[in-house]
Amino acid sequence: MQVANSLREGSRMRWWEPLVWLAAFAAPLAVPTQALLVSEIAITALFALSLDLILGYTGIVSLGHAAFFGIGAYAAALFAKLVMPDPLLGLVVACGVGTALGALCSLTIMRGTDLTRLMVTLGAALILYELANKLDWLTGGADGLQGVTMGPVLGQFEFDLGGRTAAYYALGVCLLVFVLLRRLVHSPFGATLKAVRDNRLRAMAIGVPVTQRLAVIYTVAGGVAGIAGGLLAQTTGFASLDVFGFDRSADLMLMLVIGGTGWLWGGIAGAVAFKIMHTVISTLTPQYWTFWIGLFLVILVQVGRERLFKPWTWFRGGKA
Amino acid sequence: MLTILFDGIAYGMLLFILAVGLAVTMGLMNFINLAHGAFAMVGGYITVLLMQKAGVPFLLCLLLAFVGTALLGAVLETTLYRRLYGKPHLDQVLFSIGLAFMAVASADYFIGSSQLNIQLPAYLSGRTELWDGALGMGHYRIFIIVVCAAVTLALQYILAKTRFGSRLRASVDDQRVAAGLGINVNVVFMATFAVGSGLAGLGGALGAEVLGLDPSFPLKYMIYFLIVVAVGGTSSITGPLLAALLLGVADVAGKYYIPKLGAFIVYSLMIVILIWRPQGLFERKGGK
Repeated sequence: MQVANSLREGSRMRWWEPLVWLAAFAAPLAVPTQALLVSEIAITALFALSLDLILGYTGIVSLGHAAFFGIGAYAAALFAKLVMPDPLLGLVVACGVGTALGALCSLTIMRGTDLTRLMVTLGAALILYELANKLDWLTGGADGLQGVTMGPVLGQFEFDLGGRTAAYYALGVCLLVFVLLRRLVHSPFGATLKAVRDNRLRAMAIGVPVTQRLAVIYTVAGGVAGIAGGLLAQTTGFASLDVFGFDRSADLMLMLVIGGTGWLWGGIAGAVAFKIMHTVISTLTPQYWTFWIGLFLVILVQVGRERLFKPWTWFRGGKA
Repeated sequence: MLTILFDGIAYGMLLFILAVGLAVTMGLMNFINLAHGAFAMVGGYITVLLMQKAGVPFLLCLLLAFVGTALLGAVLETTLYRRLYGKPHLDQVLFSIGLAFMAVASADYFIGSSQLNIQLPAYLSGRTELWDGALGMGHYRIFIIVVCAAVTLALQYILAKTRFGSRLRASVDDQRVAAGLGINVNVVFMATFAVGSGLAGLGGALGAEVLGLDPSFPLKYMIYFLIVVAVGGTSSITGPLLAALLLGVADVAGKYYIPKLGAFIVYSLMIVILIWRPQGLFERKGGK
């Protein structure tokens, strides 16, 4: 009984969690001019959540996570353009395509060292980038896929120029996925994932089917990233090659590290912090903001990921 | 046909010089260094700027590019890189991506984002045709192959025959035992890192004409260096050499015969090889 309680402790909802979501939903009303930023943050947070499933819960370093995001974006955009403009169905399609790609790619991450996995994930994103670039009759090539018109959400709410519908749509989907994933990572299944991350050998020894678990979570993460990509394409009405870009994967990893890995809120906090930082820095120096991001990364690693956000540990000295 | 093969070999040799430093760092310190391309870019810029602004002759520039980047590598190794050897790979990846981002933005800020061209000296800019044009060889390509082959032989000699080489191999195989035998592992690592960065600088200088030089260089070619290392394995310098040649020929031939597919072939080839042999084509026997 005691054990069951202490296990349940971790999954219990904290008092501030509903408040954060309330604040998020109030944001488009409070600052209507920034509604586009809000939807962008919600999408990025969703994307970061999906990387967290892989990086934080299984410890696989992936530099090609944009592959799933991009394929979701193109799937949603093409579906809206060629089949039908309903956003929710489009999202289901984006999720399905992302999931399928995730299942396919999960075959490639089972073997090899960190370097091999890094290369394979990166390679998958690059191949998709090339495909989207060369199949210009379908994807519009380097010009991007234009002329996507979305129907109203649930047949009720039209996408407006101010982006309020987009913001609520993105936030709603984000909340839904978050709740589902929260359930997932606190389930026994999630516990086995953490066991695999912490010590693969022991996890195997107590009977956790390691490869199968990795494959399942990679597939789920692919699907979530697909949803995020689909949301982006639907809210902006546009899909371009940069959804597959290396920068996107690298930025995403940075977000997750800012927010903390292995913690669902980490992805969300990181995405919010990163987007705000990005907006602030790029208004100061539009062209050279990558320099400051780079400097930040270098300092972050040199000081130590855990220590940078706990200033009170800086001057304690000794072994950290 | 032969011309394509020849160009591919020249390209492959160039890639090898660029990537060999990375192979050593990865094999040696188990460090994933995504900023390796930044060193190559520095070498390229040293050469182009010295030639344009100061009128230094080309061959001297190559030497200076090597020395300059090697010094930079040594400084960065002692100040920043060394602290990260034992850290998880995620930290290393973040750190080196950060460094690469900074290099890109700085080059953009100080030198400008336009592509710089290199003025080759007259004795390197001709072209020789053999067998009625079946094999056309640019003189500069021949020069690249000769230089790279010389560097490769020198590297092989140093690694296999000299005292430094045996110390290096000992440190790779087992750091602790090597240190216990009185080898100053830190110095060995620093020297190796410096030489590796210097070679990248030399490659960047040589490749400025072939690959082009602009601030996005580190990110654009990072993938290729990583492919060479991942496919070739880090056990010897023969592995990366063969991988680089394979990649060079495949890339040039692919772009010539099926331009529609572009870099697609190279990436697919890499994924297939890595799934088939995750440790690279040439696996290390023994060692840790």
